[in-house]
Order: sequence, then structure tokens, then C-alpha cells
Amino acid sequence: MATAAVAYGLSRRSFSGMAIAAAAAPLAYRGVTGEWPGWRNGAADTRAALGGDRGIHVREAIRLEVPLETVWGFWRRLENLPRFMTHLKEVRDLGGGRSHWVADGPGGVPVEWDAEIVNEVPNEVIGWRSVPGSDIATAGSVHFSRARQGRSAQVKVHLQYAAPGGKAARALAFVMGRDPAHMIREDMRRVKQLLEAGEIACATPEVSEEGDLA
Amino acid sequence: MKAVCYYGKGDVRVETVPDPEILNPRDAIVRVTATAICGSDLHIYGGYIPTMQKGDVLGHEFMGEVVAVGPENHRLKVGDRVVVPFTIACGHCFFCKEQLWSLCDNSNPNAWIAEKLYGYSASGLFGYSHMYGGYAGGQAEYVRVPFADVGPLRVPDGLRDEQVLFLSDIFPTGFMAAENCQITPGDTVAVWGCGPVGQFAIQSAFLLGAERVIAIDRVSERLALAESSSQAEVLDYTKVDVSDALREMTGGQGPDACIDAVGLESHGTTLDAWYDRAKASMYLATDRPHALRQAINACRKGGTVSIPGVYGGWLDKFPLGAAFAKGLTLKMGQTHMHRYMPRLLDHIERGDIDPSFIITHRVGLEDAPDMYKTFREKEDDCIKVVMTPGRTYHG
Repeated sequence: MATAAVAYGLSRRSFSGMAIAAAAAPLAYRGVTGEWPGWRNGAADTRAALGGDRGIHVREAIRLEVPLETVWGFWRRLENLPRFMTHLKEVRDLGGGRSHWVADGPGGVPVEWDAEIVNEVPNEVIGWRSVPGSDIATAGSVHFSRARQGRSAQVKVHLQYAAPGGKAARALAFVMGRDPAHMIREDMRRVKQLLEAGEIACATPEVSEEGDLA
Repeated sequence: MKAVCYYGKGDVRVETVPDPEILNPRDAIVRVTATAICGSDLHIYGGYIPTMQKGDVLGHEFMGEVVAVGPENHRLKVGDRVVVPFTIACGHCFFCKEQLWSLCDNSNPNAWIAEKLYGYSASGLFGYSHMYGGYAGGQAEYVRVPFADVGPLRVPDGLRDEQVLFLSDIFPTGFMAAENCQITPGDTVAVWGCGPVGQFAIQSAFLLGAERVIAIDRVSERLALAESSSQAEVLDYTKVDVSDALREMTGGQGPDACIDAVGLESHGTTLDAWYDRAKASMYLATDRPHALRQAINACRKGGTVSIPGVYGGWLDKFPLGAAFAKGLTLKMGQTHMHRYMPRLLDHIERGDIDPSFIITHRVGLEDAPDMYKTFREKEDDCIKVVMTPGRTYHG
């Protein structure tokens, strides 16, 4: 009982209020140097940066009453991701398996990186990771499978984010929100609503704009 | 527009709020022509429902005229006269496809709160706290209806609002309670609680072939209504020992099915009341949370206990041993509204039932603050309040 109440109370608190405070330090630093603190060396090797327990790992799974091919097709078009992943502002396909990602950053300053697709089996799996030298090390994979004798599709998502350095990690925490697992769970809920119901449920205009289909 | 808003415990006000707008492609906006106060609204009024916020628009029993539809709503037209189910369902998820409409996966934007509590969330509800989606309710001049190509039921012009309004909640809720009893001809059904849901459960049990219905309450006008409108046999639990009486009335065998239309009214702190998000428990404003235990003990061997009364948390001293020993079937849950509405509209059109029999108070929207109090205090023999926006203020 109390857990739910506390969790709800937390959610009522302004994300921006908390996060702007946390973001203030690295932002000031960036104002001086033009770079994010601790990110100057970059992530030379995404695999190393994300290996083992390093970075933020989030996993989530959903089942949808939508043909597997439809779900695959929607995900494969990476530009669709910001429609339900609220921390992303934009994903742009650069061709050749490469894409440019933009996430909301501290104080409204976007965090950007390039990623490349490293694994792709149609209707089964897609995996990507940030290219070496990016400011932020991130990788993700999505596994697709059938359930209920093929009537349902199942999606398993595994996202990883890492950034070296304490302050940068806090900035990263901004990108990923207060609770990355919760955030990804809500993202998955939204993609399910979008693909099953054709729209993202909302009670107020603010949420609707975030999930706007137009 | 004018709307009935929650401002805190015992504080309901009619305020001017922004008109609702189409937010999603499948939405509709309905101009409300009739709306009712539900027993479960009294829980909000009592301050028992968590995640209510000041200014939230109340109400989940309403009907009216469609005045706007979203671009992807190909089923409703402006001008349609509709009654709207209190549960919101997308129509496409696993649960909607399985006809388990009140368990819709996609209609509660705040599902994660309910998930913390129950593991998984049921559907969103109109005007019933942020835990159930934070949707503005229908005790207002206008209301936004999400997934309006699935929920609202068009009603023919020949029927009055009062005849079809209760298709929005309590008639289907009472009907599902009776259907869950798996009634076979000749059965005897006992119903605890003669509030509106209990009254509809009684009539529905007869519609489904019950030979006898025994109604249990303590409020004399409610027992009188069950007797006069539904030909139920009645027991006043303050005057007789219910278990003994039921045993005797059924030749020592017990009722074939028992309906708990009371639910659990928890007392004490707000934290305790969290458990009690009851929708139906105030239909019988009893301070005795024993109805379910009594129903389980009274039920015949191999019988069914059907629970439309709402439970929100954990139950103490639940007689699972008795249920096991007698091989009982327990059925419960929020009403799968969309499954029952067309069928029950048919019953109304055929004249099998006129749901307006439970209405005791007909007022304007502006009367809401007084009527919440009247309903809660059971003053003036109040059983059911219907409000008509635009109707002359009685206060």
C-alpha cells in the first residue's frame, strides 16, 4: 500500500525541478569548456564501457496483439522510437546502418550521439550501439518472438547506457530519468498502446502532445 | 462549462472549468444530458480514495449527445445519443478481445500505480482518481470520452434518459453479478445489499431464471423496494439471524448462489481506506463488513458466491476453509460493461425492465453539493440521484 502511495507521490514531483538542480553543475562546466565534464575522452570502446555491470542496464518485455511483422517493422524504423520513448527527441537514419540520436539533456541542452546497427535478423532481433568516440556510450537490443500459437508478438528490450565520470553520469541520469526501469516500462506501455490501440492513452493535453501521432 | 469537482473530504463544488477537447484520434466529446451519483462516488466524497486531486471532475455514470468526434472515430456521429460505460476500453488488446473489457491493458495512463498494488492494472475509469487514469468525469456539462468508437452505446429516441442511464454502470454491474451465479431454473439466490446494484442484481437474477431471490439489508425503504419492484423475499439483518433464516427458507440446504453487493467498507485511517476503493460498498451503507463471510457460510455446497461489491486490499479472517470444504465457486471483478450493454438495452426496449425504478431524486447539476450529503446520510429516503445539467437549481 504505502509503496504505491510513495511511488505515486514521487511521480507527482516535477521531474524537471529535481533534474535541473542535478544538472546545474555539469551545465556550468560545459559553459566554460564547451564540453561535458568527464566526457572529453569519449567512450573509445562502447563494448568495454558497457561490459559487465557497468552503465545502466534496463530490461523490459511486453506482449502485443499485433502481427510480429508489424511490430518488427515499426521498431526497425528507428525514427519511430521517439514516438514512445520520451527521453528521445529524435532518431535520424543516416543510411548504411548508422543513425543519429538526440535525447533531452540537462537544462534543455540536447545530448547527441551516433549509433550503428550491429545485429539484425528480420522479425527476430535488432541490436545497435553508439559508434566509438561518441560522448555517450549506449547500446540496445530488441528480441522479437511469437506467443500463443502465433497470435501474439513478444518483445524483449535491453537498453544500456554508460558514461565515464561522476558528473557525466549524473547528466546521463537526467537523460534516463529518475528511474530508468520505470521509464522504459512506461515506454513499452506506450508502444503497446500505439500499436494495439492506435493512440497513446492520456487524460490531459500535456501527455497527449508527448505521444502525439501526428 | 459547469462541472462537479472534488475539493477534499466532504467538499464537492460546482465549478466553471475549461470545456473538454478532443485529445486523441478515437475520442468523442459528449454533451451530458443525464448523470448519476454512484455509491462509489461517496467513497471519494468521504476522502477514502487515494490519488484524488483538488479540482478533479467527478462522475462515471452519464449519457448524452455526441457533439464532436476525433478523426479516427468512424463509428460515432455528431448528434448520436449515447450512454457511456464507466470503464474505458481500447477494444484491441488481449483483454478486450477476450471480452474482459474492464481489464483493458491500454486505457489507464497511470497503470503503473495500480501495478504496484495489484501486479497488473485494470482499465481506466471516468472520474475516479489518478490511479485509474485521472480522466475527468461525467458530472459535468461536457465530457471527453476516450476510445469512443468502442465504448458508447447508441440508444433509440423512444427511450427516456432515465430508462437507459444506468446502462453506464449499475445495471450491467448487477446483471454480471447475477450471471456469475450460473443460475439454473429453480435456483434460489440470496443478495446481500439492496442498494442500486443489489436491486439490479435481484431483477437480473429473475431475468436469468431464478425461482426465488432473497434480499438482505437493514434499510427499510430499500427492502420495501426489493419487495415491491422485484418480488424478492426480504430479510432485515437487524431483526433476524440471516444464516438461520436462509437455512430455514431453503429447506436446510442453503441458497444455490449468494451475491455480495455490499463490498468492504473499511474504517479508520486513510491508509486503511486505501484498501477500500469500493465502488459498490456504499450501496448498502452498512458498518458491518461481514457480508462476504456470511455469504460464504450461508451458500449451499457446490454453490457460487458472486461479488460485485468492491474490495480494494486485503481481507482479514476470510473463510477460505468454508469455501474449500463446500467446493464453492467465487466470481468477482469490475463489470465487463461492453459485453452486457447491448443485451441489456434489448431487455429495456422489450419492456422486461425499467431501470428508472430506483430513482428517488431528480435534480440539477448545481444541486450536487447538497445531494452528495443527502445520499451519504441516507436522508429523505435517498437511493439514487439523477442530475440533469441545465435543470433548474433546487437549492
